[in-house]
Amino acid sequence: MAALSIRALSKRYANLEVLKGIDLDIESGEFTVLVGPSGCGKSTLLNIVAGLDRPSAGTVEIGGRVVNDVPPKDRDIAMVFQSYALYPSMTVRQNITFGMECRHVPKAEQEKAVANVAKLLQIEPLLGRKPSQLSGGQRQRVAMGRALVRDPLLFLFDEPLSNLDAKLRVEMRMEIKRLHQRIGATIVYVTHDQIEAMTMATRIAVMHRGVVQQFADPDTVYRYPANLFVARFMGSPPMNTMRARLQADGSGPVVVIGAGRPDEVRLHLQDYDAATSYVGREVVLGIRPECIAEGDRAFSGASGPPVVVTAPVEMVEPTGAETIVLLRLGGEPAQARVSPDVRPAPGTSAPFALDTRRLCLFDPETERLIA
Amino acid sequence: MTIAASTGRGRPATSEVVRRLPEILTIWVPLLLSAAHLIAFSLWTIWISFTPSTLVPVAGWVGLRNYSAVAASRNWQIALDNLLLFGSAFVLLSLATGLILAILLDQRIRGENLLRSIFLYPLAVSFVVTGTVWSWLLNPGLGIQKLVHDLGWTAFRFDWLIDRDMAIWTIVIAAIWQSSGFAMALFLAGLRSVDADLIKAAQIDGAGAIRMYRRVILPTLWPITITVIVIQLQFAISTFDLVRALTNGGPGIATQLPALVVYDLMFQRSLLGRGAAAAVLMLLILLAVLLPYAAWRYIQRRRAIHA
Repeated sequence: MAALSIRALSKRYANLEVLKGIDLDIESGEFTVLVGPSGCGKSTLLNIVAGLDRPSAGTVEIGGRVVNDVPPKDRDIAMVFQSYALYPSMTVRQNITFGMECRHVPKAEQEKAVANVAKLLQIEPLLGRKPSQLSGGQRQRVAMGRALVRDPLLFLFDEPLSNLDAKLRVEMRMEIKRLHQRIGATIVYVTHDQIEAMTMATRIAVMHRGVVQQFADPDTVYRYPANLFVARFMGSPPMNTMRARLQADGSGPVVVIGAGRPDEVRLHLQDYDAATSYVGREVVLGIRPECIAEGDRAFSGASGPPVVVTAPVEMVEPTGAETIVLLRLGGEPAQARVSPDVRPAPGTSAPFALDTRRLCLFDPETERLIA
Repeated sequence: MTIAASTGRGRPATSEVVRRLPEILTIWVPLLLSAAHLIAFSLWTIWISFTPSTLVPVAGWVGLRNYSAVAASRNWQIALDNLLLFGSAFVLLSLATGLILAILLDQRIRGENLLRSIFLYPLAVSFVVTGTVWSWLLNPGLGIQKLVHDLGWTAFRFDWLIDRDMAIWTIVIAAIWQSSGFAMALFLAGLRSVDADLIKAAQIDGAGAIRMYRRVILPTLWPITITVIVIQLQFAISTFDLVRALTNGGPGIATQLPALVVYDLMFQRSLLGRGAAAAVLMLLILLAVLLPYAAWRYIQRRRAIHA
């Protein structure tokens, strides 16, 4: 059963169209992440799902029921906010029970529910405290407790981790994922952080300019980005994209970077039948930084030796776990992820191995993936 | 060599003074003048309150005689009773009025700016004007009562201004009219600064309007409430011009307030020593309000730093 269905939803503020015909179907038990740069409309969409904002057109269905005219409290949802939005005058316990108090749940039942949630989130010692006496991570837990205690059809998370420091963010990320696996809740999670999206989601909806650019599982979004925006948004560093020309020789289609230059790079495409119609035309080539490595790297699962090219190195950024190298392929700038101990000197040329199994081609006009 | 060194040292200091001249002239001179003025005259008043001064200040020591005389006078006792009634009624009612106006204005209504200006406008009017206008409105022969009589309801009575028991309430009414806009402005600012997510969370939790205000929004306003109470209280304690223009302490001495007693003793009965004693007593009442407030602010700030 679809836990949440959004149909032809749009939102307009005066002359500004924030959401343009959104269609999404989210299955029960899914962890869906809405990801996109700020201003892409993801938070507006979440607010409309919660009933805190009204759509200009289209419908929202929760659990098979159209809820356009249902107030937030009757939508059977719970929400966790970026600012946590804990009631400052209430204790942690009162924060958690406030919703039940509003729904006139009997006291004994409230007590039991609080005890369960407090145990689940390990916040039992905090129940008597006020939010001002809690750390950021503890507030985050309490905010989640307030949502969990309701046991709703749908959990909505609005950038819940962006106020935490980096270390705590990673911890909470894992904890939320574990929580989802344990209780099997349906979650819609908004973030601008593509790493959060990749690590937590069962499906990702990448949004840009009020449109869902791609809605798929993380691997598909990463490997087969639907268009150039998704390719450049997901991944850190993002996918290298460069102008190239598609040619053909005896063994099939060849993508040529910097065609005609003395340092042109020719890459044979494998299993890329759709590309045949583009032979002789300009395309945009996408290649992930991890598909460019030091010259003696053997990519896992590759059947033969990789393509090795010699390319000029412009800059080297050691990150500790790996080294990011800025280089030029056929004159086009690209980033490579090489082993941490490989440090080619800037200004020299060095050999690089290319994994050509994961190349993406995009139409330069429509910017869509050529599939 | 020594000359060069000394001018070299002297010049930056002079240019520093010149550079900071506007700051010194605009901030420090007025500040020192007004502080000296305030402190010197307060100390002088305190000194006079212990002397047998009458028409003019004279040296001498009478101990607490002036104080006991003031405290024993009927005038002063009525003034204190009135202050208690006026102070608490005025503060509570102007808080309530200001809060209700602020909540109503906060409902994203049309013409909010205009209404806000209207409610705040009385604050721009001097107390003497407020007192005079209300003395006309409340005058049974001129104002509201006459208007209703002229409309045909001749049995209508609204003569609090000349009623010994009710006259103090006319001052409460005028004072609320004057300053509830101020409370409204502070409360409105507080309501506007409530985290929007907090309201959204309460909406999802299913809180209705009343529960939302009572449990979620109003508790965030209590620091503002305390500030409003203190500001209104110190106004209430030092009220002079409003009463002087509205009732002049009358009928009889029914609306006497401490500041009027001071004025009466000093300038009408020429008892400078006793007037000064009454003024010092007023200062003590003010301190009884302001010192706990200052302590509270200090603790709040300490706690904010620690958190």
